[in-house]
This record gives sequence, C-alpha cells and structure tokens, in this order.
Amino acid sequence: MAELAQTIEKLKEKFPNAIENVREFRGEYTVQVKPDALVEIGAFLRDDPDCDFNFLSDVSGVDYWPEEPRFGVNYHLLSIKYKQRVRLKVRLKGPNPRVPTVTSVWPGANWFERETFDLFGVTFVGHPDLRRLLLPMDFRGHPLRRDNPTVQEEVQFTHNFDQVDRTKPYAKS
Amino acid sequence: MGIEQKLANMGVVTTSLEQAVNWARTNAMWPMLFGLACCAIEMMSAQASEFDMSRFGMELMRASPRQSDLMIVAGRVTRKMAPVLRRLYDQMPDPKWVVAMGDCASNGGVFNNYAIVQGVDEIVPVDVYVAGCPPRPEALIDGILKLHQKVKQEKLATWA
Repeated sequence: MAELAQTIEKLKEKFPNAIENVREFRGEYTVQVKPDALVEIGAFLRDDPDCDFNFLSDVSGVDYWPEEPRFGVNYHLLSIKYKQRVRLKVRLKGPNPRVPTVTSVWPGANWFERETFDLFGVTFVGHPDLRRLLLPMDFRGHPLRRDNPTVQEEVQFTHNFDQVDRTKPYAKS
Repeated sequence: MGIEQKLANMGVVTTSLEQAVNWARTNAMWPMLFGLACCAIEMMSAQASEFDMSRFGMELMRASPRQSDLMIVAGRVTRKMAPVLRRLYDQMPDPKWVVAMGDCASNGGVFNNYAIVQGVDEIVPVDVYVAGCPPRPEALIDGILKLHQKVKQEKLATWA
C-alpha cells in the first residue's frame, strides 16, 4: 500500500498538469486524468520499473447524465509484479465523446474499447477496428446511455392485454 | 361393428389416412437441438434417463435442422441470434412444429430490454408455450404431449 502511494506521488510530480484529481478509498487509488494525457500516463505507468502496470484488466464506461461532463471511462490497471491495482478515470463531454485509444500501450484494450463504443457511443480515436462487439451490426443507438428507456416492451397485464397484443410483431408463418 | 371385428380377428386394422399419418408423426417426432440458455439444461435432463423423452418418441435429438421435425426453443433469444433462429427454422422440412420452452422464449421472461427478443413468436410461429423458469422436465414433457394431441387433430386439408 505504501508503494502505491509512492507511485501516485511520482505520477503527480511527473505530470502535474494532466492529473485532475486523486481519490483514495480504503486502499484503492483512483486518478482522474485529462483525456489528452491518457496515453502518455498509461505508457509511463507501464514502462516505469517501479510501477510496472503491465496488465489492463478492464475498460468500462459510465454515463453521468445529467451531471456534466457526461461520460466517464475507467481504466483498471494491475501490476503483476508488485500486486498493485490502480484506476485511471477520464471524464468526457457531450453527446459524441472522443478519447484516444490505449491499444498502443496495452493491446488487450481492443475489445474493451469496442464494447464501450458499442454500449455508450464513446469513440476511441486511433482504434484499429472500432465496430460493435456485443450487439448486432445493424443495431441503431447506444443502449446503456441514460436517455434510452430501460423497458423494451410494455408489461402485459390483463387490463392492457389486447392493446399490447395488437402492436406486437407476431411472425406470420 | 361386425365387419371390423371380423377383420381384426383376421389381423387387418382399418383406419383413416389422417389418423394413420398423424399417429406416425407424433410417435416419431425428433426434436432439434436448440438449447440456448438455462432451459437447455432442463431439456437435456428431460431427454436423459429419469424423465425420459424417448418413451414418447423423441428418441434422439438431431442437431441438423434437415433431419428434425420439432424445434424446442429452450432459452432466451438475443437480437443477434434471431436471424439465425429464423434461418434454421426455414431449413427444417415440413411438417414442423415449434415449442417455446420457458418464459424467455414465450414472452421475454424477466428480460424486458434492448437485447432480448420479447418472445420467440415474434420470429417463428409457435404451437405450444411451456411456462416456467425453467420448466421442470415433466412440464416440458407435458407440453410435448399437448403438442401430440394437437397434431393428432390435424386434418388432411391443413397438411403442408
């Protein structure tokens, strides 16, 4: 734990402008960085022999609507040598958020970023193959955004049975 | 009455074509392996030794749609899987029937969201719905027997 605090201190002195916020909760450190400096900080964390965060375990997206900046992307890093974990966070604005890809630093981010693009609509600039991963190719929209409805079809009870029945697309044959 | 008894004594059975064909269809209805999710486990256990489906004619399950009559849609169908399911249904030769096993295949089940088709009857015409999450193997066998009763009442005019 002490080593992780030292890593964070080192990060803070090397990139004083890029780090927006550092939060510590029960031994877990979350560093919020500016999106432009993400790849540089990632490369530093991977290459520096004291940090050695060579394993990217997750990239996930968050929609904070109606709070601005609206989207967040979290990167969970693990250092196998020192058994430390750290989280990098970026906050992105607007309806079409863009962030540089980290596949050049950790190639395993490829599918994670595809999934985040698929479900949230976050564009990863420089990604080699950014297309949908989980949903069908011709799906329209990004379902995990907060302005999408959570319910696909109205629940059918006895009082609205016929009404739902009429609008349901049954197969003809 | 008289003549039929005399014929039966001689070893001749009379029936109608409808009855004969429907009997043949129900007694050797081979299901197609279409276990998608958790209901597949119950379908497997319905086929296994304790709740044997072979007693009722489903001796084996064919993975190939060309060699099967009955499609038991066991499990939730995602939007990505829907065209595949339709294609396999189209590849089954007539006569074919569909049993929607479980709540997810009948009406979307607990999953009322963007990814799951709300009932497989949006894609293929279903003959029997078996409720349950998952339905017990006995419930699935009961559903299949209901399908057998339905098939036994089919008429010549409505054969494919």
